[in-house]
Amino acid sequence: MEIKKTAMAGTLESSDAQVTVEPGEGGIELLIESSVMYQYGRRIRTVALETLNRLGVTNARVTIFDKGALDCTIKARVECAVYRSNEITEQLPWGGVIR
Amino acid sequence: MHPNKKRLRRSMMFLNCQKPALIKDPYIYQPDSIMLDLEDAVAENQKDAARYSLFHALKEIDYRGVERVVRINGLDTPHWKEDIRVCVAGGADTIRIAKTESAADVRTVEEHVLAAEREFGRPEGSTLLMAALESCKGVLNALEICQSSDRLIGIALSGGDYTKDLQTTITGTGVELMGARQHMIMAARAAGVQCWDTVFTNLDDMEGFERETKMIKLMGFDGKSLVNPRQIAVVHRIFTPSEKEILFAEKVVREIDDKKAKGIGVFTVDGKMIDVAFYDGAKRTLAMAKAAGVYKGVC
Repeated sequence: MEIKKTAMAGTLESSDAQVTVEPGEGGIELLIESSVMYQYGRRIRTVALETLNRLGVTNARVTIFDKGALDCTIKARVECAVYRSNEITEQLPWGGVIR
Repeated sequence: MHPNKKRLRRSMMFLNCQKPALIKDPYIYQPDSIMLDLEDAVAENQKDAARYSLFHALKEIDYRGVERVVRINGLDTPHWKEDIRVCVAGGADTIRIAKTESAADVRTVEEHVLAAEREFGRPEGSTLLMAALESCKGVLNALEICQSSDRLIGIALSGGDYTKDLQTTITGTGVELMGARQHMIMAARAAGVQCWDTVFTNLDDMEGFERETKMIKLMGFDGKSLVNPRQIAVVHRIFTPSEKEILFAEKVVREIDDKKAKGIGVFTVDGKMIDVAFYDGAKRTLAMAKAAGVYKGVC
């Protein structure tokens, strides 16, 4: 899936993550800031990259400000930002690439 | 009948799907049901974000036996169809239909739920429905709504919107809700479904909350919608039969069974005149005590 425009999802509240996706300049550039970076930074990166891969995003700049989000929240915010960048809000592939 | 259609639902706690902190571990408070909200609690420009959170929460969080109800947006919005798709795909136990006004509303949702069950490979009929009545029209149509679908577990009063439609306000006395409450509980009982009272939003008035909960229990309600975990223990205490009530109900059931065999119709238990009319009530008390985990007897 192409990142057509800059889009954001999530908040900076506790247990949440704010994810911004922007059109890339060749490949995936992933920047993460987290309140639990030392404990979970690698895990957040893995979950975000797996989610982007499932969605077929290969060219994007992705920024994540994490406030202690669970894996399911990281996935939810990345997916929401990607679909928002394509202005898709209906007939989503629940259980398909969103899983 | 769906095995969970009549399960214990004393406490149904609302949680905003927009807030990951709220939906990640509400099972620790042990409500009977949680109501994951896609409707009023979610800002209009965050409806999409709430659905992704809901989907992954339903798929990945173990709610430890707590029923997962999702309140979808009303049929007068552009959101409800996708709400239904995500609920069914995620495996929600029950969908709460907001602003229900007629049996046709329930059937419309039912059609889309069935289509979603087919689309996402869920067993047909596995998703239950409940209807929130939020207007005078909805309350007046309570009986046809209760009888509208085999999936329907019951009806819930939404006091805020209802009193707005009635052109009055919530006073705390309950007088403005009395007619709706009485009418809804009668309709629910006539149709054999459950009935839940509206939320009590003044968290500083726990005495008022307890008073209201006792009142709606006496009126016949099955439970109450809640907005805060502090309210759960109060509701469970009031809606769970006491030891004295359980012992009396057990005696009534045993005595009626015994006297029936001996051809005796009316007799006394603990000084109270008892006949067969008390049988169902006593059985209900014991069933509720069993479901609440405080009675393991055989009656």
